[in-house]
Amino acid sequence: MTTSAITHEVTYLEAISQALDEEMSQDERVFLMGEDIGPYGGAFRVTEGFQDKYGEWRVLDTPLAESGIVGAAIGAAIMGMRPVVEMQFADFISCAFDQITEMAAKNHYRWGAEVPLVIRAPFGGGTHGGPFHSVCPEAWFFHTPGLKLVAPSTAYDAKGLLKAAIRDHNPVIYFEHKFLYRRVKEMLPAEDYIVPIGEADIKRTGSEISVITYGAMVHVALEAAEALDQEGIDMEVVDLRTLSPLDTDTVKDSVRKTGKVIILHEDTKTGGIGGEIAAILAEECFNALDAPIMRIAAPDIPVPYSPPLEDFFLPKAHDVITAARQLAAY
Amino acid sequence: MEISQSEFLHLYYFLKLTRALEERVTTLYRQGRIVGGAYTSHGMEAISVGYASALQADDIIAPFHRDMGAFLVRGITPGEVLAQYLGKRTGPTKGKDGNVHMGDLKRGIIAFVSHLADNLPVATGVALAFKLRGESRIVAANTGDGGTSRGDFHEALNFASVRRLPVVFFCNNNQYAYSTPLHHQMAIKDVVERAKAYAIPGEIVDGNDVASVYLTAQRAFQRARNGGGPTFIECKTMRMHGHSEHDSAKYVPRELLEEWKKKDPILKAERRLKELGYAGQPEFQEIHMRVEKEIESALEFAEQSPLPEGPEALEGVFAANPVEVLI
Repeated sequence: MTTSAITHEVTYLEAISQALDEEMSQDERVFLMGEDIGPYGGAFRVTEGFQDKYGEWRVLDTPLAESGIVGAAIGAAIMGMRPVVEMQFADFISCAFDQITEMAAKNHYRWGAEVPLVIRAPFGGGTHGGPFHSVCPEAWFFHTPGLKLVAPSTAYDAKGLLKAAIRDHNPVIYFEHKFLYRRVKEMLPAEDYIVPIGEADIKRTGSEISVITYGAMVHVALEAAEALDQEGIDMEVVDLRTLSPLDTDTVKDSVRKTGKVIILHEDTKTGGIGGEIAAILAEECFNALDAPIMRIAAPDIPVPYSPPLEDFFLPKAHDVITAARQLAAY
Repeated sequence: MEISQSEFLHLYYFLKLTRALEERVTTLYRQGRIVGGAYTSHGMEAISVGYASALQADDIIAPFHRDMGAFLVRGITPGEVLAQYLGKRTGPTKGKDGNVHMGDLKRGIIAFVSHLADNLPVATGVALAFKLRGESRIVAANTGDGGTSRGDFHEALNFASVRRLPVVFFCNNNQYAYSTPLHHQMAIKDVVERAKAYAIPGEIVDGNDVASVYLTAQRAFQRARNGGGPTFIECKTMRMHGHSEHDSAKYVPRELLEEWKKKDPILKAERRLKELGYAGQPEFQEIHMRVEKEIESALEFAEQSPLPEGPEALEGVFAANPVEVLI
């Protein structure tokens, strides 16, 4: 990462605000739509102060109607605008499912009209949000051709990926992890930068086991890697950053180097993105594998509310450590 | 407000062109030459021809599947339509999609998806773009009586009204959504009552009277263009055939169809043209011959056009380069 001229660390949440602010100030086609994003500044205060700076129409408070909001954003995008829609919680994206999968995703394929739309989806658990304020809905959209999906794990990636998403000519769903909003921070470059969509990042270099992950689980993997280092197990952490289109080259290169792989995600296991990655590795890296592919994911249940239940639900560093020890023994 | 001779003859020509084109679609379907579904607007042509003709060149339409007339008025050629039906590379979607699922930004048409009323929120977004940029353009969107039951219809009308967007909503009330009659679709008598809940002015118009649709649309478009916000226009009509060509529509009482046959929009237009002294049998015959000839050469174009190659299916999932947008 580039060193910064700015003197304070920027949180993941501030990085998202900065990306929106910078793109809005340099491109008047960019505007925001969502519930309570205006005077209130959004449920998580990502757009605090934005309406004062950009006015009522570029920071547009909408009725409580996710399908209507996304549909309207699609219409504006087709006409050459660059809307960024905020889902108050990623959970509510299900109300807009049809507009996303049928209208936005298929538009360019069918008649060549671009839909430069960004949907910000605050996702993930660990905040005691219960079954309707915690989900990881990315797999629904991972299975939909025509959508790009990103899920940053650091403030640097959060800013760079959002800027890249806004500049992209295609619909992008931007999964921002709520648990990371104020928990991760770092110095960011003063100059304009993007993180290209479609490029994974090695967050920790290692030689013995690859962990393929994204979102908040990157930090779980890094925590596990530090602990395993004490035991002499050298783990590599691959942060996918973009879920669609997948950077399969980086994933395969890592696995060919280490020969052992753990796929880790917070989403529930069955039908999750991990299954697809496992299939790709089985198809294309079979000869490089020295051990079975392992998946660590949440159990196939809704996200429960009570702390002991949610704690049980979420994958933890000790799950990764246990799996890594098994793999190391091969 | 009165309609001029040239305006009315323009409307009449497109009524005839739409009818002739869709009759050819029906024939091709029965001959087994159209591999997918065929959805026509027989008996309802006055709605799409009427509203589309009242728009300006840089306005936008978000049509649905009974809107062939609007496609033609906006400049989609009969040849392109038949190429689309035959799955040819020269159709507006290059074989990617069928029947009336086509669009073209250069001609101001947002492509329709089968999920009814999905086009309405999109239309509000088109209008929002115009409002954000301070343009005086407007958007016309249409759906059926059945489409007004969907949440997207209500979300779109509400948002458009709250933000006074330059959009005009039409409803082609043809009394049947597939086999479902209006009284099983809604407990109200007139669809226009739905607009009241959103403080949107509503009008009922005879959907088989092309001049009425045209003049009513013109007024609503003017209002939207002047910042007056959305209007909802219910066009009463009757679906004179099945939902699509495979559907015999046995569930529709014959007497109802007989009654509506007398109100056919082309017959109605001819009666009115004669009354106004604008045209008579010779002019009707001349336009008829012209339209028949156009359909013949359109079919020739479509038939001679190449089919796409299989691997072309892989192209275009994502945008590569920016396309020309009417900004």
